[in-house]
Amino acid sequence: MDRQGNAPPDDIPLVLARDGQHGPVVHAANRAARLAGIMAGSRVVDMRALCPDLQVAYADQAGDRAALDRLVLWARRWCPWNVRDGDDGLILDTTGSDHLLGGEAAMLVEMETQLSLLGLTSRLAVAPTWGAAWALARHGPVRAICGAEDLAMKLGALPVTGLRLDPATVLLLRRLGLKTIGAVMDVPRLSLTRRFAKAALPANPLLRLDQVLGKLAEPVSSIDPAPRLIVQTRLAEPIFDPTPYLPALCADLCDQLQQAGQGCRRLHLTIYRTDGDISHLSVAMSALSRDPVHLNGLFRDKLDRINPGYGFDLIALEAADLGGVKTVQSNLDGGSDDDLELAHLLDRLAARFGDRAVTRPVLRASHIPERAEMRLPVLADAPALMPVPASERPIRLLDQPEEVRVLYAVPEGPPAQFVWRRQTHRVTRYAGPERIAPEWWRDRPGTRLRDYFKVEDQMGRRLWLYREGLHSDGRGGDPRWFVHGMFA
Amino acid sequence: MALLHMQKTLQGYPPQPGLSCFTLSEVFVETVADAAALGFALARLPCGQRPVLWVQDRVSRKESGYPCIAGIGPLRPIIMVNVTRAADVLWTMEDGLRCRSLGGVIGEIWGDPAVLDFTATKRLALRSEAAGVPCWLIRRLAHPNLSAARDRWRIGARPSAPHPHDSQSPGAPRWAVELFRSRHAKPGQWVASYDRTADRVDLVAAVSDRTLDAGDGPAGQRAAG
Repeated sequence: MDRQGNAPPDDIPLVLARDGQHGPVVHAANRAARLAGIMAGSRVVDMRALCPDLQVAYADQAGDRAALDRLVLWARRWCPWNVRDGDDGLILDTTGSDHLLGGEAAMLVEMETQLSLLGLTSRLAVAPTWGAAWALARHGPVRAICGAEDLAMKLGALPVTGLRLDPATVLLLRRLGLKTIGAVMDVPRLSLTRRFAKAALPANPLLRLDQVLGKLAEPVSSIDPAPRLIVQTRLAEPIFDPTPYLPALCADLCDQLQQAGQGCRRLHLTIYRTDGDISHLSVAMSALSRDPVHLNGLFRDKLDRINPGYGFDLIALEAADLGGVKTVQSNLDGGSDDDLELAHLLDRLAARFGDRAVTRPVLRASHIPERAEMRLPVLADAPALMPVPASERPIRLLDQPEEVRVLYAVPEGPPAQFVWRRQTHRVTRYAGPERIAPEWWRDRPGTRLRDYFKVEDQMGRRLWLYREGLHSDGRGGDPRWFVHGMFA
Repeated sequence: MALLHMQKTLQGYPPQPGLSCFTLSEVFVETVADAAALGFALARLPCGQRPVLWVQDRVSRKESGYPCIAGIGPLRPIIMVNVTRAADVLWTMEDGLRCRSLGGVIGEIWGDPAVLDFTATKRLALRSEAAGVPCWLIRRLAHPNLSAARDRWRIGARPSAPHPHDSQSPGAPRWAVELFRSRHAKPGQWVASYDRTADRVDLVAAVSDRTLDAGDGPAGQRAAG
């Protein structure tokens, strides 16, 4: 996978190395190196002796795996259910998808064309089981297509390495003279069972054979559930800006939702880039919706955030978090539905400023003032109402309580004067203290209690002050004073 | 006082059809950390369960805190929007004023940003009147520049009313309210006192008590003597 564009010419033998037990071993070799007799898995020093002008580079195995994982998602353009197979393969469950691409043969040609446009060499096969497809792709003819009825015949001629066995077992089978899958099939089942009863799956030819022939199920578990409602637009040539195509996509999707009697709370926009990558964009809604204008509007300011790479040729829009929506009759007097308007407003705000900027504060059961309030995302459902604290609370709270310097007559009493933000406030009247103890089940040990005072200064400003701790509580030095809020 | 239409109705409609009280009002706060203006604006919002859209820019939140629903009361649901720039505050307020199901829109803007000009306030005022949603723009550390706000107030805190049971503690809040420019009412100055239980604002003419003399002694002695 030489994406960087500095691939050496084909006639220079090149191998990729990885660390083995006794020095680097060959991970992969190019065509020239293979012709020179270099095999994967052998040591690099031995191969250098074999081929003196061999070039060696280290393999980026994690990068290859990540690239393959991306390719799994990219391959969703053909069918929705696919998975990475080992370090060098993809399994696509094309059941029901092949007729969309003109049959299985045409589908394979299309896949090979698209993959070769990415600069990838591919060997493709269609078979009824995972194991059969694996064997045919690696050892079968080019673009092999195999039906369920001729499975045994087509696989019989392939070598036993096509059974996905570990090298030791393959060696054992060769020594037993079983060189093809057909030969293994001809061995009586009882003998194979007796020989390999306790072997694990990669070392068990019988189980592997059952998997290949479909006697043992081997389901394809894709990495996330297949989308249910999805519309897509194929473009004739790569473009960079999906904006002109979105209204039509939204309208199509809303038609589908309408027919299904459903609305969605989440939209995923996926663009399939020509360089073999995909970009995602998601928006969420506070209420189930299938209004194309509204859905389109949610993407308005976000489209410039997606990375188009070298352009993209396929746009897919998928509805998620579906739920049943009844057809709503519009008001006869021409008025609008209040709840719907509010939900649309919240969607617009959350789509523009993000989920965390738009919140719905609700009360929570706690006496600590800053914990008595919880900020819920507006897109969530509203919880039940909590009771209001009995004592008076300020209408403003500071994010962080600000420390003040205080003069007081009695240590445990109210302040007489304090300096806050470089201004001296003389306390004319006060109410309190209201003692709020720390929550021992949440706070760190040693957290001090708070004595809250509502004070009014000479200008009439009403502030909420607290003293953190007592002089004699043994949890630190002199108690400090903080301003925490403002009363009306 | 009749000019100001302080009465509120349950449905939240203006008391007289000709005089819309659902418009853009601009409030200048005397000192930064003073919740008097917010108390006044909240008291003037129509009653009911409709949510209030509350928009703050970053500096306002940092310097003057955030609305505390334990003090405001859970009967008025709040949708809080925290944004960074004043332009975003204006955008959010305008977008919110398209929605008739809000009980009010309150925006807090710090200083005199360039985007808050006559055009921006005029857009807010027209939208607010068209939607029938009251809109309050709270300005801190700001100059009363050119603005299309229908009512422009300057509000500060004043020493509160005597507490009925405890002479030491502050009672019902009082605010110095100055309406310095208005389209519908005559400008003037008042001292407003707020009755929390009835959610009612009473205005009296701005005749205040004399300031305390040095020899006046503490409040308890004054009450006795």
